[in-house]
Amino acid sequence: MNKSLRRLSFPYLLWILIFTVVPLLLVAFFALTAYDSNGSLYFTLDGFKNVFGGDTVAFSFLGLSVQLPLYINVFIRSLLIAMVCTLLCLLLGYPAAWIMAKMEIEHRRGSNILLFLLVMPMWMNALLRTYAWLALLEPKGIVNNFLGLFGLGPVQFLYNDFGIGLGMVYNYLPFMVLPIYSVLVKISPSLLEAAADLGADPRRVMLKVVLPMSRPGILSGINMVLMPAMTTFLIPDLLGGGRYLLIGNAIERQYMVSRDYTTGSALSIVLLIFVLLSMQIVARNTDPDADEGGLVA
Amino acid sequence: MKRKLNLLYLILVYVFLYAPIVVLIVFSFNASKSRTAWGGFTLDWYVKLFHNSEILDALKTTLIIACSSALISTAFAVLSCIGIYALPGRQRRLVMSITNIPNITPDLVTGIALMLLFFFINMPFGFVTLLLAHTAFNVPYAILSIMPKLRQMDIHLYEAAQDLGCTPGQAIRKVIIPEIKPGILTALILTFTLSIDDFVISYFTAGNEVTTLALTIYSMARKSVNPQINALSTLLFVSVLILLVIVNLRTSRQFSRRRKTATPGALV
Repeated sequence: MNKSLRRLSFPYLLWILIFTVVPLLLVAFFALTAYDSNGSLYFTLDGFKNVFGGDTVAFSFLGLSVQLPLYINVFIRSLLIAMVCTLLCLLLGYPAAWIMAKMEIEHRRGSNILLFLLVMPMWMNALLRTYAWLALLEPKGIVNNFLGLFGLGPVQFLYNDFGIGLGMVYNYLPFMVLPIYSVLVKISPSLLEAAADLGADPRRVMLKVVLPMSRPGILSGINMVLMPAMTTFLIPDLLGGGRYLLIGNAIERQYMVSRDYTTGSALSIVLLIFVLLSMQIVARNTDPDADEGGLVA
Repeated sequence: MKRKLNLLYLILVYVFLYAPIVVLIVFSFNASKSRTAWGGFTLDWYVKLFHNSEILDALKTTLIIACSSALISTAFAVLSCIGIYALPGRQRRLVMSITNIPNITPDLVTGIALMLLFFFINMPFGFVTLLLAHTAFNVPYAILSIMPKLRQMDIHLYEAAQDLGCTPGQAIRKVIIPEIKPGILTALILTFTLSIDDFVISYFTAGNEVTTLALTIYSMARKSVNPQINALSTLLFVSVLILLVIVNLRTSRQFSRRRKTATPGALV
């Protein structure tokens, strides 16, 4: 192609330098500096010391209890909650994706409208939809009123792991269903018939044919759910009643409440490195030609 | 039996997804200000909404930011894509992997990084920083929507057009742009949606002078949300629904005209 067209990429090169590369370097820069009383910058490792040191808090999991630095504790808890939520999304979303894909494969219709309905909620502000769960789950909310009819409850749904988990599963479920669906729908029905002809019962067809073939979809679903779930600060803020600390709100508070840019940036850098490493692991397990440019469903 | 179970499962999933939306819509007609108790039907919130300058201003800012950042980032992305495509292989791959960075960094970090940039160069926070931030996170998505279409087209057409007497500008306008038009449309819709829906990046880059709808909702949600917001969301939701239904009806009609089965992927 014409070499003169290359000039068209130059403004963009400048653009990504200013808006992608420099900002990220600035985060690293602020993580290693602080302002002294005269307002001039000096080098410091305090930010990272705050992240990896500081007060220790007991972290208990499955009956085990360890003393960990506060932020490491928050970090691990965020990761665990995000992982549980990703797993729930997968367990709930996979069957839904499979049922929809089967409708598409067998009847060639019906799933279009279902897919449409799956994407539709995303057009309503996520904040507002999450907020609406408060009305549903409050001690005197709609769900508890309903349970009350049967003499049950009131159940405390909010401001605990359940509320946060529900908010996450609710917000990210479509992001799990869509990539899995788009892989499943491409599986040729004749493969399933062949497996059945060769004596596989439906369970074996599922385990030996469908599941392995849908691996790229599952991985990209995990990718699309795990990271946002781990870094969200809205969901713990709204459904956790402001008392619930995950890594997302920990960072947000450093910047917006304590105005401690050094610790906030150090936390962001640690989070970013962690996210990039885990994406690398997922990427290495993905077939490189499986989903080219699979950004938009 | 099994099919009925399947259907029941899907219905349950959709009930889960739509329950809060139904609650929001129903309570936009609620005469009492409570978010849980029904106090009779009213349209008051809709009437009040059109007199609430705080919400209307936020809506206006949101729409202006979304439209302009969608247009700017898409136009910029079209030119950039053509330029990137013309780069030699290794440089192109490098540029594309840098383009992917905002896509894999958490929104939170992107927001903070942009805030630090504006803070560092002493730019006053406000409309300009908000617009720049939105355009900054939209450009990569626009490029990633347009690039695949450019790769699919036969690039010799561009040379052929020039051989037949087009200037490079004409060849881009008359040959390349029509070929990548579906990608451009996707980019426009995607960037517009991302911008309207964005909270995290606006939160860090808007400052105190301007607010978007998402920011207004957030500050309200910590106390109690005004039912006028419910009314506004209902209106927005219904208009998007109507728009999408029209678009989908048109595309599926086009598809059937070509005797092809509609691909569900057409729905962004």
